[in-house]
Amino acid sequence: MIQATLYGLVGAVLVGFGLYGLIVGASALRKLIAFNVLGSGVFLTFGVIARRGAGAGFSGDPVPQALVITGLVVAFAATALAVGLMVRLAEVSGRGDVDDEGTAAAKPSAAPAAPDLPSSADRQVARPQP
Amino acid sequence: MNAAIDLGLFADLVIAVSVAGLALWLVLTRERFRAVVGFMVYGLFVALAWMRLGAPDVALTEAAIGGGLVGLLLLGASARVPPEPAATTRRWPLHLTAALLSAVVAAGLAAAVLALPEPAPSLAGTVADALPATKVDNPVTAVLMAFRAVDTLFETVVLVLALIAFWSLVPDRAWRERPAWLPSPRPAPALVLLARLLPPLGVLVAVHLFWIGTSQPGGKFQAGALLAALWALTMIAGLTRPPAADRRLPRLLAVIGPAVFFAIGLAGIWLAGDFLAYPTGLEKPLILVIEAVLMISVAVALGLILAGLPPAAAALSTQDHQGGAGAPREPRS
Amino acid sequence: MIMVLDLFTIVAVSLGLVLFLAGVVGLLRLPDPLSRLHALTKADNLGLGLVILGLLAQVDWPFGALKLIALWVLVVVSGSVAGQLLASTQHDLLDTAPARVPDQSADRSQSQR
Repeated sequence: MIQATLYGLVGAVLVGFGLYGLIVGASALRKLIAFNVLGSGVFLTFGVIARRGAGAGFSGDPVPQALVITGLVVAFAATALAVGLMVRLAEVSGRGDVDDEGTAAAKPSAAPAAPDLPSSADRQVARPQP
Repeated sequence: MNAAIDLGLFADLVIAVSVAGLALWLVLTRERFRAVVGFMVYGLFVALAWMRLGAPDVALTEAAIGGGLVGLLLLGASARVPPEPAATTRRWPLHLTAALLSAVVAAGLAAAVLALPEPAPSLAGTVADALPATKVDNPVTAVLMAFRAVDTLFETVVLVLALIAFWSLVPDRAWRERPAWLPSPRPAPALVLLARLLPPLGVLVAVHLFWIGTSQPGGKFQAGALLAALWALTMIAGLTRPPAADRRLPRLLAVIGPAVFFAIGLAGIWLAGDFLAYPTGLEKPLILVIEAVLMISVAVALGLILAGLPPAAAALSTQDHQGGAGAPREPRS
Repeated sequence: MIMVLDLFTIVAVSLGLVLFLAGVVGLLRLPDPLSRLHALTKADNLGLGLVILGLLAQVDWPFGALKLIALWVLVVVSGSVAGQLLASTQHDLLDTAPARVPDQSADRSQSQR
């Protein structure tokens, strides 16, 4: 059907845009947004396959739809982990991305260099605590 | 009838062009804050596309999790990560190669979409035949909870693992501190009013979503995401405080869903002959129990992830305040 | 009878869309955030209200209609709170800007009357 093909092409286009943004994104956050766009393109392609499988009184094949729901939750989990890593990197080093050391503008914002990386003093403190 | 189909196709065209255009703008725009806000709008448009594709359960999940919760995470990140340094050189070769590569991938995927087999293979008939045995009417819920229950079990376990991995980023000294991403320093009175008005109504809506998920679009993921968003709202307004990572109750609530699901699955080996098989006559009550517990676990896990991490600088200051590395930590209030 | 209901839906939704269009034009053309907010609230409250009014003719009474009205009330409440927050942030930003003297003298002469 035409509607399914239209959305399938949109899904392909979204995958292209997401991939482009993932490669040339200016920082880790922009790459994460592009990664989410890429993911939504893939899910939309799943949805097209579900739509084409409509039948037996359903408006779409329920199995790919259930897989997409699972995928959305897992994509959220991956995005959350990426955001956590980005924020911790910014707190520890003041940089927004691991590649930023080559450019001049980033400088450490709050803490001195590596206050939270494990040191021998931390290891000696950690032992008495349960 | 023809006019209805043409109007529908016109609506699809508008939504398709909007989604694609918005995605391109998201990737190309210079300002980071605009991209994050635009991403939330993009999530809502994609939810519209899902409605047009006849998948209301997915549309609900996309609007709640894909648009709303991911947008909230990205907003918090954009406030906490330093701005990207100005690009010193325009890396034209990289941009061109990336554009070519993406165009090739997109063209390949489009060719695959255009070459999809006709008539389309489908499991809709198989699901429809097996649906009466599960005593639920919503086919997506039946697939999630009965036919592919193992996938759902593993997915909830993945959510707990993601929470553990997220918490592993907390520095040792800040392990007992409360996360600081959500509470705003001086919450506006209007926001506090909204955080008082909305949660009771929202909890009603979430329970309704969960309950009708067995016969209409809905279910535990959508309800859990709504509950997590309401909890985040109360944390932002300062009405509740985000729990620290060492508290036992949030951990218990996050784990209880997969644990109960797994236990019922194991019991199915004795009672019904296979892992995650439901004994006849008990399908709907068991599915409802699993869904209820999973809704709570999903809500707690999502809410704990949204609450974020404790600040590293505060941990440093309390360490100094206590007079050095060897001083015992004061008891938590 | 069905035709009248459909006609009512088409008219009401079209009027609502006109208001949404006005909101978008205001968003694009008005100079500063406070006036843009003013334009957007027209779209949000009355525009959505007209769309929901039109859709009331298509759903089953009473529960479908109640759900639609609850939807409108929720959007109005959360939209007004969001507007309040945006406006107060903008107001704080403006407060830090240097004061404009002619407006102050006009206010003083008003309060003396």
